[in-house]
Amino acid sequence: MKRIFTLNRHLSQRIGFTAITLMAFATVVPIVATIIYILIQGAPSISLEFLTAYPYDGMRAGGILPAIIGTLYLTVGTAIFSVPLGIAAAIYLSEYASDTPLTRTIRIAIINLAGIPSVVYGLFGLGLFVLFLNFGTSILAASLTLSIMTLPIIISTAEESLRSVPQAFRTVSISLGATRWQTIRRIVLKEALPGILTGVILGLERAAGETAPILFTGAAFFLPRLPGSPFDATMALPYHLFVISTQVPEMPIQIQYGTALVLLVFVLSMNLIATFIRSRARARRQW
Amino acid sequence: MYKIIIENLSIQYSDGTESLRNISLNIRDKAVTVLFGPAGGGKSTLLRCLNRLNDLTEVSNSSGRVLIDGENILDPKTDVIALRRKVGMVFARPVVLPLSIRGNLTYGLELAGETRRSVLDEAVERSLKLAAIWDEVHDRLDDPAIALSGGQQQRICLARVLALQPEIILLDEPTSGLDPISTGKVEAALIELKKEYTVILVPHSVQQAGRTADHAAFFLQGELVEYDEGKKLFTAPKEKRTEDYITGRFG
Repeated sequence: MKRIFTLNRHLSQRIGFTAITLMAFATVVPIVATIIYILIQGAPSISLEFLTAYPYDGMRAGGILPAIIGTLYLTVGTAIFSVPLGIAAAIYLSEYASDTPLTRTIRIAIINLAGIPSVVYGLFGLGLFVLFLNFGTSILAASLTLSIMTLPIIISTAEESLRSVPQAFRTVSISLGATRWQTIRRIVLKEALPGILTGVILGLERAAGETAPILFTGAAFFLPRLPGSPFDATMALPYHLFVISTQVPEMPIQIQYGTALVLLVFVLSMNLIATFIRSRARARRQW
Repeated sequence: MYKIIIENLSIQYSDGTESLRNISLNIRDKAVTVLFGPAGGGKSTLLRCLNRLNDLTEVSNSSGRVLIDGENILDPKTDVIALRRKVGMVFARPVVLPLSIRGNLTYGLELAGETRRSVLDEAVERSLKLAAIWDEVHDRLDDPAIALSGGQQQRICLARVLALQPEIILLDEPTSGLDPISTGKVEAALIELKKEYTVILVPHSVQQAGRTADHAAFFLQGELVEYDEGKKLFTAPKEKRTEDYITGRFG
């Protein structure tokens, strides 16, 4: 074949390499910029009072304590439901399920669950938990809704880390007179735990930052006190941010950025913990 | 005096890879029986049948009987957990569990419900000595087992099986990844072991088969070609195919 136009091989490599390097940097820029921008704008409004006081004056002043506590409650509530269920499902899929049409359907369902828009989860939670099961607009209903949304993340990361444990460990353990469950509990789960924990934290982090699923199921516009039971509604950081950014006239902008910063720190610190667990486990791993 | 009696055993995997065709074989107590032959002959399948490790693989078809101490272990009612404690196995690649040296040795006993420290300690020392590795590791039993060399790991794997005080020990090419010195140590341990145990070995070479076998069975493509005392089989085989393989004409 005749070449119409040739480029020096070294030159074309250099151009290609420069281009992908630039693109790699380009993806990092918006992330770093967002964090820096929120940090600069939000830092001045962070004070002890901001973190420990109730809002007043139509939320235009004071702190965001009920929203912080509410987000903590929702995160813990989500963990209570989604972690045991998600890990159990992952163990079933990785260790017990054989490759049948049923298990293939389950896997496809899990992958597709992850793609459902969060507002649809919110509407589903409203229908099932708030109305049909009569939990009302409550921490319980919101946690359950967030759990459904978080499950696919937990299941797929947990299944992946269970599968990464070498098959030979299972065979050896069984050959030494272990039952399947003893093998899973003593060897497989222990080795997969850091990976599972990472998935759990990433899933919960996503739940902590979501607005749409709690919008109809558990989030309150404003509450003068902390929720007293799982059947109470609660304020939450992401919804509070939405409210003070769109629903309150003459809202001081620093409070919005301060709230955003607190949410960002909350979520990023969970991320840091996950990264720490993963890197420590990788260093200790014996295979 | 026959520990294991195999009668008309046939096994076929569902993907059709490896199979055994109508094998009948009596294996003696307190001796080393060697199963040898080219790859794909069914030696490993037979080994994995004896502790029902085949249950983990998809077996589409099996028929015949395997009697250990007179009981058919292929019977669905067999207690496979108890069977696997009685019939220990060492694999081709040394796989130590991600535990300490001690943890590897006590693993099976702890699963069986043994919690007494004195019993566990005694088992650790006794089995490490039997596997000829006590001198090398006795002062670092709590170190991770993975830190040991391949040859040491394989003897840990052997010791781990011995800790359960089995009656039969299956070894599937246990020295295939080891250097000659480590291989020598493992073979020496086997000779020692046959005083107490029924040892069934799939060797990694014909030479090893010749060195270790009290009895030897030659397998070819799922078929038991010849079974005799080691001395006879390796010096004067009756079958042409056995002779060809031993003398290196194929395989």
